[in-house]
Amino acid sequence: MVSPMPSTAPVETAPVETQPVEIDEPIDEKVVEPEVPWVVIVWNDPINLMSYVVFVFQKLFGYSRDKATKLMLDVHHKGKAAVSHGTREKCEFDVSRLHAHGLWATMQKDR
Amino acid sequence: MPPARVKRVRGGRFALRITGAERDVLRSLPTQLRQLLTGKDSAADPDLRRLFPPAYPDDPQKAAEYDGMVRDDLMAERLAAIGVMERTIDSDSLSEEELLAWLSAINDLRLVLGTRLDVPEDLSELDVHPDDPRAENLALYAYLSILEEDAVAALS
Repeated sequence: MVSPMPSTAPVETAPVETQPVEIDEPIDEKVVEPEVPWVVIVWNDPINLMSYVVFVFQKLFGYSRDKATKLMLDVHHKGKAAVSHGTREKCEFDVSRLHAHGLWATMQKDR
Repeated sequence: MPPARVKRVRGGRFALRITGAERDVLRSLPTQLRQLLTGKDSAADPDLRRLFPPAYPDDPQKAAEYDGMVRDDLMAERLAAIGVMERTIDSDSLSEEELLAWLSAINDLRLVLGTRLDVPEDLSELDVHPDDPRAENLALYAYLSILEEDAVAALS
């Protein structure tokens, strides 16, 4: 199994935010924590099956079928969707799991 | 609708309803995928880029660090799945773990073939004649798509 954050790997210390993280919208996902500066994006691609993408979102993140389907449709129609948030380390782990399943995932600072 | 090629059966197993001709098509694929992945130029092979995408598209340094951290593990996981598919290619039924390995290898094969063929989202857009050099691989890609769809439906 993949272990994307081996203890021997150089772990970059996350830069300390000098400004408070803005949280001014309703938080309805339990995956969202305070001070979560990174977001994982899954991009549309012409190869992965829609049913497979739903299956992977459910398997990796434990999302309900409805939520996984909504995210898949966002990827399909809007070209991308944010599928998880968290620390840089958590997002790198999530990206590596998505890559292991062949999805086109990237991560970026959530601003 | 033709009957599904993968069906959940008792005992938490999954029956494979594929013909001998289909198995013969599938038989050589895991080995071919392993050869691609372990070839000396695999890191630079554009057909494999979808298997190891950059995590940070706008930051080559972070992307390289990420790649260095995960590539060996992603490779090992892919090769393990390939090995399971090779060992169980003639099985009438698979455990869930074995079917997940087949799903991994089949999806990887589709990613490689789809990248090589530059497939559009809707294959019906393609107007391919039987003597087109891409025809055989496109037929294989379409077959693997059906098999994967059935595998996902059985697992879901």
